[in-house]
Amino acid sequence: MATLTSRLSPITRRRLAAFKANRRAWVSLWLFTALFVLSLFAELIANDKPIVIQYDGQWYVPLLVDYPETEFDGFLPTRTDYLDPFIQQQIKDHGWALWPAIPYSYQTLDMNMTRPSPAPPDSRHWLGTDDQGRDVLARVIYGFRLSVAFALVLTVGSLVIGVVVGGVQGYFGGKVDLIGQRVTEIWSGLPVLFLLIILASFVQPGFWWLLGIMLLFSWLGLVDIVRAEFLRARNLEYVRAAKAMGLPSRLIMWRHVLPNAMVATLTFIPFLFTGAIGTLTALDFLGFGLPPGAPSLGELAAQGKNNLHAPWLGITAFMTLAIMLSLLVFIGEGLRDAFDPRHVQQRQASPAQETHHA
Amino acid sequence: MPNPLLRIENLTVAFDDVSVVHSLSLTLNAGETLAIVGESGSGKSVSALGMVNLLPSNAIVQGERWLGDTDLSTLTQALWNGVRGNRIGFIFQEPMTSLNPLHRIGKQIGEALRLHQGLRGQAARQRSKALLEQVQLPRPEELLDAWPHQLSGGQRQRVMIAMAIANNPALLIADEPTTALDVTVQQEILTLLRELRDNHGMGMLFISHDLNLVRRHADRICVMYQGRIQEIGPVEQVFQHPQSDYTKALLAAEPEGRPQPIEPSLPLLSAHQLSVSFKRPKTGLFKRQPPAFVAVHPTDFHIAPGETLGIVGESGSGKTTLASAVMRLVSSQGEVTLGDDRLSNLTGNDLRRQRHRLQMVFQDPYGALSPRMPVFDIVSEGLRFHYPQLSHEEVTQRVNQTLYEVGLPESCAARYPHEFSGGQRQRIAVARAIILEPELLVLDEPTSALDRTVQKQLVTLLRDLQARRQLSYLFISHDLAVIRAMAHRIMVLKDGKVVEQGPCLDVLSAPQHAYTQALIAAAHLTL
Repeated sequence: MATLTSRLSPITRRRLAAFKANRRAWVSLWLFTALFVLSLFAELIANDKPIVIQYDGQWYVPLLVDYPETEFDGFLPTRTDYLDPFIQQQIKDHGWALWPAIPYSYQTLDMNMTRPSPAPPDSRHWLGTDDQGRDVLARVIYGFRLSVAFALVLTVGSLVIGVVVGGVQGYFGGKVDLIGQRVTEIWSGLPVLFLLIILASFVQPGFWWLLGIMLLFSWLGLVDIVRAEFLRARNLEYVRAAKAMGLPSRLIMWRHVLPNAMVATLTFIPFLFTGAIGTLTALDFLGFGLPPGAPSLGELAAQGKNNLHAPWLGITAFMTLAIMLSLLVFIGEGLRDAFDPRHVQQRQASPAQETHHA
Repeated sequence: MPNPLLRIENLTVAFDDVSVVHSLSLTLNAGETLAIVGESGSGKSVSALGMVNLLPSNAIVQGERWLGDTDLSTLTQALWNGVRGNRIGFIFQEPMTSLNPLHRIGKQIGEALRLHQGLRGQAARQRSKALLEQVQLPRPEELLDAWPHQLSGGQRQRVMIAMAIANNPALLIADEPTTALDVTVQQEILTLLRELRDNHGMGMLFISHDLNLVRRHADRICVMYQGRIQEIGPVEQVFQHPQSDYTKALLAAEPEGRPQPIEPSLPLLSAHQLSVSFKRPKTGLFKRQPPAFVAVHPTDFHIAPGETLGIVGESGSGKTTLASAVMRLVSSQGEVTLGDDRLSNLTGNDLRRQRHRLQMVFQDPYGALSPRMPVFDIVSEGLRFHYPQLSHEEVTQRVNQTLYEVGLPESCAARYPHEFSGGQRQRIAVARAIILEPELLVLDEPTSALDRTVQKQLVTLLRDLQARRQLSYLFISHDLAVIRAMAHRIMVLKDGKVVEQGPCLDVLSAPQHAYTQALIAAAHLTL
């Protein structure tokens, strides 16, 4: 770790220190990372299959392999339903099973409910069930993972496209810039929401379809920032020196211009990220998003709206989104301040100011 | 003895825990000019700003400060506002940024009048006009309604002076007032300042790094080095009999010597009818395209192996554009031939492959090195691209050898540019250029951002390199003292045209063209 820090340039080290000094952002980063890493192992936390089973001295891993019911002395050669009381009794008699903390997956219908759905929170379903009898907590865990993964892929994709388009426009300038700017202006005039709605009428929009459509438009916000940075940097003397040295344009852009343009771009990323999560949730809420059955926070919010007598649905959806987006905004704020040279100076100045007044 | 106008005793300025000015004491009488001289980083600007509480909040200023009968060290913020701009006037170094670009000239002068004298409307306008006349600007009535960008650097500095003297201050602090201006304009501004001082009986604190200027325009001089006063006394005494070692070194720092004479031979680089012009934007949708702006008129010149051609001229004369045209960094007309190759016909990859034969060193040592790359990467970048077959060990060896040649220790290869001083950075830039073993080096004002003592070292280094490697230089400078020490021949540019060229000493000692004569007169060369 120490060697890693010493390899960073002093500017980066100062920024890292400024980011760490911002307690709220630092704690938010750790919390968010912890939540995301946890949700990556959602299958081990919330699932309708046991993780391992020992049955008649033999080992079974239902998480990875589908076993027919006959393996557990059932009647049918179909996939085992481990929540079936008969199967549970069989496993109990012949061995044992290690269950995840929440014995429901995001689309498991609880057949043994004693109360009508949506059911309020109790010891069986910690956050209650939705109107189809699915466990809300399980859906939140899977939904969180899906939202973050979607935002992550969308952000990386937008970053690549935005930086390339903005960089080429800014670096070459002139006609390339003029034509590029007009094309992006026309492109950004296209109505994204209508496109999605039209699309939803002839294909079943899945994760990748939505991602593709949104990727077509989400990079537009980055182009202006990157282009401005490249326009500024291309006349700097060290860029001209690299040109005089005979380096080809792509190397100059990659080694000399991009590192300087990345500061403005990096501060933009967390906000791109929250925007992506917000859009996905909004589409799901309206019913144009992920296919029915997919664990989506927007769909949970829509259920909350449709079932006002079941407030745990709406409250859960709201709290999940509020916590997730707040953490991201705090991280973004910390990043922005860490990259702001004026802010760093103020931080350094403040202790001296105190002594001056004293 | 009359009461001094300004009395400073044991002034100490510290930023956080680092003390930058140590117990500075001085007095200034009305009608007198005291010059504070020192190299960059010597604390001269910081002490002037510290005297009047204009430093950022993390600076700690201690010591007694008296302006007439006012104790400056105990003034509150509100009282300061009544002193600054009223009893103390300021002129800053950079006329391009000292004026607000969004307000007309008249409004900016009027603001000082309104704040301190309560003048408004026509009264303020009349007074502003009178002030512009005092600073000898032509057509004051029109200038009142002009925007800052319509004025030249010298005119803006005159406006700044008009604002500084608007309230008849007792003390005028001029922080490097002419450094950003051309030499001929410098003289006019300083003469104006002297007249104003005499007319108004002001005391003037004149901060400069230029000993030549100080000698002619100050009464007393205070030499600073690393935050301490080295010497203080009347100008002639300090110049004739310097007491401290530092003053002696500063006085001896004028670049001296001459380049080694060369054998006549075939030219390495020759330019034939080389010219650069820029398109001007159309003023209206249906207007005709205005004629192109000619930055450099068709020019012929040549440089022999091992020879230095100096290009002299004021800002805007097309020196840098000419150099960029030779480097093929801007599009140009005419022919450029390097050795047997017609550079002006090459494009794309063919041009890139030839680029290692001619390299460039830029003016600004702070902007010319990428702040995110360590010195090793900066210096070796061109080498790795042009000679990809070299192994890492060979590259390392070449880099270390080149760093040694420009007088830098091997250990600096792993460090970042911001850890170096201006002079060291310029050495890194030279190392980056010569590692490719070019035949021609274009040097665009390489010394103008450096202190005199550092300039002298760099000039010596460049001459040594030339002698060792038979390098040809195209050396651009507005500083005739540096040109004299570097160039075999010189070419004087004015408005993109060559007005005079010839062997260096001939041109400097017997200039033919009126413009060259004015340049040389303004430079006060000690021939």
